[in-house]
Amino acid sequence: MKLKKSVAISENGFVFNASRGDSFSTNPTGTQILNWLREGQTDTEMKALLLEKYEIDEATCEKDLYDFIKMLNQQNLIEA
Amino acid sequence: MKKIPLTIAVTGLNNSDNPGPGIPVIRSLRESRHLAVRIIGLSYENLEPGVYMDGMVDMVYAIPYPSLGHETLLSRLAYIHEQEQLDLIIPNFDAELFSFIKISDRLTRMGIRTLLPTQEQFDARLKGKLVEFGERFHIDVPKSLTVFNTDELAQALSEFSYPVVVKGKFYEAYVAQTAEQAHGYFHKLATKWGTPIILQQFIKGQEYNITALGDGKGRLMGAVAMRKTYITATGKGWAGVSIDDENLLDMAREVVTQTRWGGGLELELMKEDSSGNVYLIEINPRFPAWVYLATACGQNHPEMLVRLALGQDVDPQQDYEAGKMFVRYSWDMICDLSRFQEIATTGEVAIRPLELA
Repeated sequence: MKLKKSVAISENGFVFNASRGDSFSTNPTGTQILNWLREGQTDTEMKALLLEKYEIDEATCEKDLYDFIKMLNQQNLIEA
Repeated sequence: MKKIPLTIAVTGLNNSDNPGPGIPVIRSLRESRHLAVRIIGLSYENLEPGVYMDGMVDMVYAIPYPSLGHETLLSRLAYIHEQEQLDLIIPNFDAELFSFIKISDRLTRMGIRTLLPTQEQFDARLKGKLVEFGERFHIDVPKSLTVFNTDELAQALSEFSYPVVVKGKFYEAYVAQTAEQAHGYFHKLATKWGTPIILQQFIKGQEYNITALGDGKGRLMGAVAMRKTYITATGKGWAGVSIDDENLLDMAREVVTQTRWGGGLELELMKEDSSGNVYLIEINPRFPAWVYLATACGQNHPEMLVRLALGQDVDPQQDYEAGKMFVRYSWDMICDLSRFQEIATTGEVAIRPLELA
């Protein structure tokens, strides 16, 4: 799973998909996940990184991460 | 680099809420690194905003409406040429192109160059002929049928699944969810624009536009894709962003290469959500009003058109900056009555008279 090359992310969480012209804004956690995806981190690696960074139980972390990734897929930001 | 001095006549100065491409074309020419232009504005109406904008036109002449025929236009242009020694004309309206194409050979003999599609190219891309166009040039277009009356409409509707797009001969389109709605739109459009009316299969997806330039010999000289991000109540793009999508640009390449298109053009495309297929919806036979976005992104199509028309060797451009936006705005210019008075009474007005050496 990788972020599309056409997706640009700014430090303040503005996301622009240059192949469709869509733009979004996300919070710092979302920006971090997008950057991890760009680096090629797997679901498991990202979950571990989130658990390390935030005080959150594993089930909630997993659900929130998958929900976010599902949304990225729906918005055509992930490579097919 | 020494700039080439040129006198160029441009139409489409109606920078209104339904803007013509004239001002963006002039703005692009004025920013050219190769050309030093004197701009002669050609206007159909005395209140076209481009007549009153600072730094755009150097001189304005009123020209006759296309309905008065191409001979009337030619004699007016001959007079303007006598005054201004025109090097080139860039027409920017669909409705006037027919006349300019008709007289282009005679303009060339007078020493006025143009870069226009041929009559055949112009006719081939008419809305009612889009299916034939697609078949002839192997380009995906949505299923379309042309109807002249309500009997034909009822028959044609049975061949579509809903929603169906109902399009006017020249402008306007509506999406009908039922046969009753389609009949309503048929009457509305037929009253306003006349028949035929075009029925087109609705494609669920995202609309994109491309401004492009063909050299008339099959080469795509440049193409920039854009997505409208703000659309007015009348369907006009009021803001947009340049995008980078190879599939869309491939379509522009196909159209220009296969048709050997000469001059500027705008493609309206739909990318289907479910399949990712790109469908050609419409070809406008001139630059769009947003053509300055292409210039700002690094491809100055009006400048390239001028250089091609002069017979210069111009390299095609492929790269441009994606993620550049345009946002239109309205602005009340305060003008002296004298300019209006001058054009209204004499049909011409000097904004920046030619300085004689």
